[in-house]
Amino acid sequence: MPVEELDPSHYPATRAAKVAEHFINTRYGSPFAWFGSSGVKKAGLEDMGVLGTKYHIEFTLKEMTRNVKSSVILYDMGLCSAEVLFHRADERKPPQVQCTCSGAFQVNTSAEEEDLYQRLRNATSLLSGNSVGHIDPEMAPFWHLGGVASSFIMLRESNESTLLNMAHIDNFTQMTKDAQLMFQYDILLHDMVSQEILKWKLLLSWSPDGGVKVLEAEWDPKCRSCERAHLTVTTGIAAEQEMKGDNNNV
Amino acid sequence: MRALLVFTAVFVAVFGQETFEGHQVLRITAKDDAQITLLRGLPELELGIDFWMEPTHPSLPVDIRVPSQSLKEVKMFLESNDIQYTVMIHDVQNLLDEEKRQMLKARAVQPRNTDDFDFANYHTLNEIYDFIDMLVVENPHLVSKIVIGQSYEGRPLNVLKFSTGGSNRPGIWIDTGIHSREWVTQASGTWFAKKIVTDYGNDPALTAILDKMDIFLEIATNPDGFAFTHSQNRMWRKTRKPNSGSSCVGVDPNRNWDAGFGGGGSSGNPCTETYRGPKAHSEPEVKAIVDFVQAHGNLKAFVSIHSYSQMLLYPYGYTRTPAKDERELDELAKKAVNDLTSLYGTRYKYGSIITTIYQASGGTIDWTYDQGIKYSYTFELRDTGFYGFLLPANQILPTAKETWLALMAIMEHTNANPY
Repeated sequence: MPVEELDPSHYPATRAAKVAEHFINTRYGSPFAWFGSSGVKKAGLEDMGVLGTKYHIEFTLKEMTRNVKSSVILYDMGLCSAEVLFHRADERKPPQVQCTCSGAFQVNTSAEEEDLYQRLRNATSLLSGNSVGHIDPEMAPFWHLGGVASSFIMLRESNESTLLNMAHIDNFTQMTKDAQLMFQYDILLHDMVSQEILKWKLLLSWSPDGGVKVLEAEWDPKCRSCERAHLTVTTGIAAEQEMKGDNNNV
Repeated sequence: MRALLVFTAVFVAVFGQETFEGHQVLRITAKDDAQITLLRGLPELELGIDFWMEPTHPSLPVDIRVPSQSLKEVKMFLESNDIQYTVMIHDVQNLLDEEKRQMLKARAVQPRNTDDFDFANYHTLNEIYDFIDMLVVENPHLVSKIVIGQSYEGRPLNVLKFSTGGSNRPGIWIDTGIHSREWVTQASGTWFAKKIVTDYGNDPALTAILDKMDIFLEIATNPDGFAFTHSQNRMWRKTRKPNSGSSCVGVDPNRNWDAGFGGGGSSGNPCTETYRGPKAHSEPEVKAIVDFVQAHGNLKAFVSIHSYSQMLLYPYGYTRTPAKDERELDELAKKAVNDLTSLYGTRYKYGSIITTIYQASGGTIDWTYDQGIKYSYTFELRDTGFYGFLLPANQILPTAKETWLALMAIMEHTNANPY
């Protein structure tokens, strides 16, 4: 099918890049590695007929946590090339992403991760935290962890009319000190297109070897500004495995 | 009888000052699925239990807050079912008092002048209003305060006027905080105000602008919403005006303007974040600006500042028809963005609202542009979604400084191209 060229600074390309960002975070994210795009370089749209719409995008990848000074906020990681397929027939099916990134993609965060991991495993009590309206710098790795975990949900819930980001971590609680550390997060997501705030509860696990995994996720529709007709309410590991099966590896 | 007791408890909670004195938080460890099922049945006992951590897996703790009057019954229930528990928090009210104490301690030191003001931190509405008054007192020949109206809840809508004289000189308008949760914008607005008085007489470019034009700056454009983000809901965006026939409050002030009002990209549902309101200019916060702009009649640039996304946008949002001056607006946007990026490397996108971010009808700068204010722009400040609305305070100054360079580009161009 012919690929129609898109303006890389217009929103169709931006939205597709955001989906690719979420995909990359589910694969490579950690409390010390949180990825985003700092700009789409090239974008194309391919009409796949009944299958849906496929975006071909090239974007620069940035890693968020490597602050040198607070003013310089992103660390350059080179170029990524991705294909994002939004399904037409079943809109509740998550987008399918294939992505390759050049250059020194896999940041070496093993030292910091191991350090945090050991601290949490050996601490006398379980950690918890919340943010009242701003973020404490010491809580940064837990904000990043929440952001990476949120990407699992945001990847699943994305379509051509959404642009999802994590807005807030209401609170998080460390649940165990086992080999796979488990955390419960109460998170608010923000959809730029509708401007709505969506409340989710996540149960996630993390270890330096196992990476970040979301075990359970639940949408809380109780709060009034959280009403969102087209979003699905999904829970349980089965849904998570189903989603993972659709995506190819980088 | 039981139902009546529950209703009374709810009534008190809603209309009274809620206290958590004597409430305890119990940490329960269920040993198997049967115990999990039992715990899930706790709400049915109607004992006012509040789950802090819901029962899910047997290996995970279940935390419940128990009102003091129900403690005995809950503990009996757990013990008789052989469910292990410990008392995690002996008195919830103590914890809350401590948090309040911490917050008050942080606010105790009040600045005595604008040089003492902490621009690298977020502030309350009162602190911003005090800053505004101090700035006027310190710069009586340059700065004055105009109250252009009142918010729905009766708060003054304060605008700072920077002027070196003349009579109804051409003006530049800047507003921040129209969407209350976008905290970096009000924080930047405060910094811009101080920057203007600091640079006048010292920076040739800004001095040249103020010698010919006036600058108007509204820092807390939605003060009711801003107060609400501090007291109740950090994510509040809209105004705080109730909607008749609905329990949902507030109108999106950036969908309430008479420009393509009612079109796509705005909502007719009061419970949504982009609710346009019952009619254009229904919100006093919006009407006040409309009245001001029309009465002034000589504004040449209008910049409305939002966050987040890192974009500089020009009209239109409500239609795909390009603005008549699109070529010039685009070129100026490109220059402004280049200047912004030059400081810290922060990348911005620029373009019309409808192509770059989304269709949005009833927007501020579509209206101002159609009123004849050619240099109408909207900013979306840092970041691109990592912290979003909750941008850490250590990014306030870099954001304000880089944005100022873009604002200067727009103001210099406006001053150099009278129309």
